[in-house]
Amino acid sequence: MFRFKKSGLRRVSPLPAFVLIVTLAIFLLGSCGKKEEEKKPEQAAAEPVLKVGVSLFLVGAAAGPFGVPARNGIELMIDAINSGSLPAPYNTKGMAGFMVEAKYIDEGGGAVKQVIEFRNMVQRDKVDFVIGYISSGNCIAVAPVAEELKVLTMIPICGTPRLFEDASYKYVFRTISSSVTDSVAAAHYIKAKFPNVKTMGAINPNYAWGQDSWRDFNLALAAVIPGTKIVTEQFPKLFAGQFSSEISVLLGKKPGVIHSALWGGDVESFVYQLAARGLHKQSKIVLTTAEANMFRLGSKLPDGIIIGARGPYGVLARKTPLNKWFRETYFNKFSTVPVYPAYMTAQSMLAVKISYDKASKAKGGGMPTTEQVIAAMEYLKFEAFGTTIDLSEGNGHQAVTEHAYGLSKFDRDAGTQTITEVMWFDAKCVNPPKGVKSAEWIKGGMKGAEC
Amino acid sequence: MEFLTATIAILIDGLMYSSWIFLVAVGLSLIFGVLGILNIAHGGLYAFGAYVAAWGVGKYFDPEFSSFLPPFGSFAVLLLAAIAVGVVLGLVLERGLLRFMYGRDEVIIVLVTFAAFLMLEDGIMFVFGVDPYFAFQPYALLGNVKILGISYAIYELSLIPLSLVVCALMWWGLTRTIWGKLLQAVIHDREIAQAFGINVSRVFTVTFVLGAILGAMGGAFTAPMVSVTPGMGVEVIVLAFAVVAIGGMGSIPGAAVGALLVGIIRAAAVHLLPVLELFIIYGVMALVLAFRPQGLFGQAEARKI
Repeated sequence: MFRFKKSGLRRVSPLPAFVLIVTLAIFLLGSCGKKEEEKKPEQAAAEPVLKVGVSLFLVGAAAGPFGVPARNGIELMIDAINSGSLPAPYNTKGMAGFMVEAKYIDEGGGAVKQVIEFRNMVQRDKVDFVIGYISSGNCIAVAPVAEELKVLTMIPICGTPRLFEDASYKYVFRTISSSVTDSVAAAHYIKAKFPNVKTMGAINPNYAWGQDSWRDFNLALAAVIPGTKIVTEQFPKLFAGQFSSEISVLLGKKPGVIHSALWGGDVESFVYQLAARGLHKQSKIVLTTAEANMFRLGSKLPDGIIIGARGPYGVLARKTPLNKWFRETYFNKFSTVPVYPAYMTAQSMLAVKISYDKASKAKGGGMPTTEQVIAAMEYLKFEAFGTTIDLSEGNGHQAVTEHAYGLSKFDRDAGTQTITEVMWFDAKCVNPPKGVKSAEWIKGGMKGAEC
Repeated sequence: MEFLTATIAILIDGLMYSSWIFLVAVGLSLIFGVLGILNIAHGGLYAFGAYVAAWGVGKYFDPEFSSFLPPFGSFAVLLLAAIAVGVVLGLVLERGLLRFMYGRDEVIIVLVTFAAFLMLEDGIMFVFGVDPYFAFQPYALLGNVKILGISYAIYELSLIPLSLVVCALMWWGLTRTIWGKLLQAVIHDREIAQAFGINVSRVFTVTFVLGAILGAMGGAFTAPMVSVTPGMGVEVIVLAFAVVAIGGMGSIPGAAVGALLVGIIRAAAVHLLPVLELFIIYGVMALVLAFRPQGLFGQAEARKI
């Protein structure tokens, strides 16, 4: 092989060049293969279609625990909606009779990039509605743009209470309760199951999510078990992976309960390291998002850890026929059980389908306008795969749901994780009363909660 | 008594963290010292090392083989994974990419290694997917030990002697072998070394591969402690840069002292004032650089024109 230099042709040693070419070839072939796969659904759709733009973390640390199951939830719903195979009463074909197809983009790159991508999806790709946003920073950034562009935007996973407490939107809907309910329900669960807890500690990622979750939890626990004291608050860096020093402190301070909203690879690493050092034998541990990880951890997750799914989803879902259908269909399609992000995106798609059908019927058939769909969705109350979703807050745009927690238990015979001692908490118990801001409600001792 | 317990806990936690970050940072420092390249792709080598080690350990403990293979052999798998990743990727990066960049502006080389890092990150997802890999067996194998009432994983403690061994081997290799002396000559003055007949190009390749093996080894020995997930290389490279900057770019003793300083101060923050954990490492770095811009062990030198 040769390359040109100013001085003329010079021989390049063949082995490294060969290695480089082979490596490049493998990468190129791989990416070509992927593109082909993505093209297929577009080619298959010949009739008029509704286009949904989907933005989720499809690469990076949040892809495995959240982005991929969330995307699976949407794919499953699109298949079921297009083929009319959803259980009754949702078993009509399509949305308002029209087939649905999705365009997926990655949620990574930060809020500024997401706003640009959102505009691209709406203006260039002409999507009819958007579903997505796992990160709170992204959903808050995108919501005003959705208003500006007048496009229906469903927020299935992002949990920050600020979304509808600090603003009001016409085109944005959120189909889960805000993240405040994660902390309040966890406090109620501890009061019910471990009422003798006197001290609490925490290990949370050092950014808004970790700090807010912990603040809500310690205020809520102090409200339901008065006199509970904080003994240590650990804030490792997000994606630190190494929690050895923090575990030493938690072992030394011996808190009665340890709260953690670590997520993804971090919560898995934390479980590894805490289990090896016996932290769970000394303190009760609440992992508010670990349902997404429990099946991957398998036998490495010790028994008796308090597991949350950010609502009654995944293993904490109500045992209804809809839930049974969802779990079975998901398992058959993806050979794995659905974790809570899959439930969350699927119920968002369901809300859109119900609203399109309702709006189309109201106008005597045909494609409804976005405004007609929004009118049909406001204050909607519907049975989803995990629980009943009641869009009763935020002028009919923000869901209020019940919440649930349970204890991990490894089933040695089946070789899989299960959940025991599940408790569901009524929506009126874990959500602030109408019009009350959640931070003020918790600080004030959660007055008006109906438990 | 409580003071003594806390001090010992800080020391143990600090030493464990220092050893871990030293294993990662030392390869970075070596490559900078010899080649003068700020190798951001080091984070990718770390992550690749972790993935291949986790995959290898998973295979090693597969019921198909585990019946006749001794469990302690899995430690050899970690080391082999690091060597394999370091040799293959080190050669591909140095021979296939970096050697065409030598002599160019430093900023361009940093951008090239950054591009290589992004490619390695994508390569990981292409080869291993987005699901996590676990390699917990070597971690569980060694069990626990209680020191002053606090339980520690022996695996994590054993990183301390491992890093000491690596440190000693590097000292011996650099000062007591002919290769080390050639290397020092190249570090000291590349052009004079070349004029004296040292094959600088080969020294570069060998050093880069060695640095790559060290980076991959950091990842491979981290794999049993964590969930091996995409993006793990990003976090560690920033931390490793902080350590190397504190110690002095290109200095092996500097990397050791930088790691020790970062580890102990971070552990003290975690135990005494946890809100400072994130800030303190970079606070120390800023302080050191304010008084010694070349780092603790770095040599200030006049820029050649």
